[in-house]
Amino acid sequence: MDDMLGYYLDLALRSLKRTPILTGLMVLAIGLGIGASMTMLTVLHVMTDDPMPGRSAQLYTPHLDPLPLKSNSAAFGHDASDHLTWPDAMALLKAHRAQRQAVMAAGYLLVRPAAADLRSFYVNGRYTTADFFTMFGVPFEHGSSWSAADDAASAHVVVLADSLARKLFGSTDAVGKMVRMGENDLRVIGVTTNWQPSPLFYADSRTKRYSDRDLFFLPLSTAVDLNLGTDGNVDSWGKMPNGDMRSATTTWLQFWVQLDTPTQAAAYKQFLIDYSAQQKLLGRFQRPATNAKLYSLMGWLVHENLVPGDVRLQMWLALGFLLVCMVNVMALLLAKFLRRSGEISVRRALGARRRDIFVQFGIESVVIGVAGGVLGVLIAELGLWSVRHRPDDYAHIARMDASMLLATLALAVFASMMASLLPAWRACRVAPALQLKTL
Amino acid sequence: MQLRPILSTLRHHRLTAMLLTLQVALTCAIVCNVAFMIASRIAGVSMPTGIAESELSTIQSTGTDPHQNARALRDTDLAALRAIPGVESVVAVSYALPLNRNDTFGPVCPNQQVFEQAMRASSLFKGGDCPLSSFYDGTPGLLGTLGLQLVAGRDFLPGEYTAKDDPPVAVVSRALADKLYPGQEALGKVMVMGGNAVRVVGVVATLARPNPHGMGDGYASVITSQLPGSTSEIYVLRSAPGDRERILKAAEVALFKVDPTRVIDPDQVQTYSQIRDAYFQRDTTMIGLLIASALGLLFVTALGIAGLANFWVQQRTRSIGIRRAIGATRGDILHYFQTENFLIVTAGIVLGVLLAVLLNLLLMTHYELPRLPLWYLPVGALVLWALGQLSVLSPALRAAQVPPVVATRSV
Repeated sequence: MDDMLGYYLDLALRSLKRTPILTGLMVLAIGLGIGASMTMLTVLHVMTDDPMPGRSAQLYTPHLDPLPLKSNSAAFGHDASDHLTWPDAMALLKAHRAQRQAVMAAGYLLVRPAAADLRSFYVNGRYTTADFFTMFGVPFEHGSSWSAADDAASAHVVVLADSLARKLFGSTDAVGKMVRMGENDLRVIGVTTNWQPSPLFYADSRTKRYSDRDLFFLPLSTAVDLNLGTDGNVDSWGKMPNGDMRSATTTWLQFWVQLDTPTQAAAYKQFLIDYSAQQKLLGRFQRPATNAKLYSLMGWLVHENLVPGDVRLQMWLALGFLLVCMVNVMALLLAKFLRRSGEISVRRALGARRRDIFVQFGIESVVIGVAGGVLGVLIAELGLWSVRHRPDDYAHIARMDASMLLATLALAVFASMMASLLPAWRACRVAPALQLKTL
Repeated sequence: MQLRPILSTLRHHRLTAMLLTLQVALTCAIVCNVAFMIASRIAGVSMPTGIAESELSTIQSTGTDPHQNARALRDTDLAALRAIPGVESVVAVSYALPLNRNDTFGPVCPNQQVFEQAMRASSLFKGGDCPLSSFYDGTPGLLGTLGLQLVAGRDFLPGEYTAKDDPPVAVVSRALADKLYPGQEALGKVMVMGGNAVRVVGVVATLARPNPHGMGDGYASVITSQLPGSTSEIYVLRSAPGDRERILKAAEVALFKVDPTRVIDPDQVQTYSQIRDAYFQRDTTMIGLLIASALGLLFVTALGIAGLANFWVQQRTRSIGIRRAIGATRGDILHYFQTENFLIVTAGIVLGVLLAVLLNLLLMTHYELPRLPLWYLPVGALVLWALGQLSVLSPALRAAQVPPVVATRSV
């Protein structure tokens, strides 16, 4: 069998060499189709990638529905119940029903550097609670995060990202130093290493989730105490809260929990429903308690619908292009194979089975597929290079990894084999006797 | 030209001809829809804003000293900016400019009665009689600096400006005026917005909203006589188009000279063209991609047609020779291949037009695309016919060169 494969490969190369232009056209068509498709599939792949490999299966975000029955959701432009109110978030936090749990909100603060040669600037960061760092596995370069006691005491402490620490304090260890943020002096207790989940799944829809990262973290209680304000979506209904972030009719907080087993997740979901029912009895919630949901991390990303419609459209367009290329290759292969009817009938007359003819032509198309795949990889790299030079926020992550590279080659071989099915089937049905007569 | 021999040859190569037909059909269907998408995106990207875009540059400044007198500082800033050579005029706005996405909008009702009705029905934010509109503000001279075209009424009088959030008068866009008071004169009418009564004193021809693709009409805009009040504002400078880069650099220096503690985000120092490009950036990416894919499709189809025709000419060299030997002219051979191509492409177009309409229906349900105007179909057909004839020309000419003597050679 091995010998036969070698022989077919030899036949295929000879046959392809005999018609260089036609072969070139087929390789080009497969290459263009695969290149375009893989560019778009790679963009889609990196956009829907798991931001927390190894942890995502244990991370969940609860969803409550504290909105009144008659709520004008159109006024918000997004779902106001995607976020939690302060009383609900604190209740869930204190209930402590998950392994770990953390509340968070986006912050945007003015940093006033002590160094005279640096102007003040604004940075994005996160107000959160102690479990954030252990739950998400944030790595530290120096120092550590704060404790639950710091949360309770609204301690004036801050954790900086490496880039911000370096900007403010150069190469010296920032831990223990004071940094002035807004109108307050905060003590640096830790410096994280370069940490940027992509997408930034825990941030709300105002964030550019593929390019923004948090440059500081400070206790949420401190932020509310100092009235630092949030940079995320704030939705209020009922009485205007006048800037009081503790209002029971203002949603602005994100909440994440770590639940290690599906049983724990089911129990937590029941807890959320029970909590909603209890709030309904108290008259705070008006909507059905079963509106309470528990999203898994990947489920939440689907719910948030992060991939823009344009990117999906581009992918369908690329696949349509690939289809046309495949039909093109199919027509060319058919013409090419049928022209060799004479050769086929001689081989058939000499004892080759239909299956042998089929395999012979199949191998010829695999050779075209491999060559087209190599060309496709080059074209896809070119396509991704041009995507990376666009200003879209996901542009910088559009890179092909090893798995996508293999997928490209596999898709190219698969596409050319699919395209050769009909021509090869047609060719192996050439009757031996009839063709021999005409020779 | 007799069709019968061509049809009989095509019947012989039935499967191959069908595949080529299918390819032409798919190309026709996709290219028609892609061309339509390109046209609608280009129309979107070139939407007018009503302001003198090419002459404007903007710089955002945020004061960091909470004890500062924001208004006094702003006046100093404006004077410093006006002193830069080349600056024709300058104003400060809170944050909203057309297409910069800093949108504050709300329902604007034509009168108190409609407002109360909408309140009772709690339908205020549903548009309807109180269209959702964006609010603009600015220091005196805003209309002139932005280059807005006043079509009725006047700009604000000095006494009408206020620092409080109950501006007495407003200038509205014509789109909003027509919506609020259809068939009536808008000047002098008293609108109700946010519970405040505001009198219309002017109407401008066009003023796009900061986010025209959000909720409501993209041109429903209100300029109120409220002065910017916070420590953060955007200075808008008007100058000759070529001066803008230089003026922005000078403006940054001048502003830091007035107050070194302020924050100026380098990303918010931009010409208006940059604001516009940023707003439409996704669309321009998409237009580029759509054009590339349409051209790619046509290219591959042309290659397919040419490749197959070339192959067929080689294959039929002997029969061409025989036909030439028994009296066919070169023109006959040329026409033979051209007609064959015409038949295949026509069959492809018939199928392709059907597919184009189906594809459009599919896109309409999934991507909120409008219906494909029917005239795209004949244009698409013409393009494919031309493409087919061009691709087949070189192989057909080669076929026409086959000498009759080929017929006499044995295989």
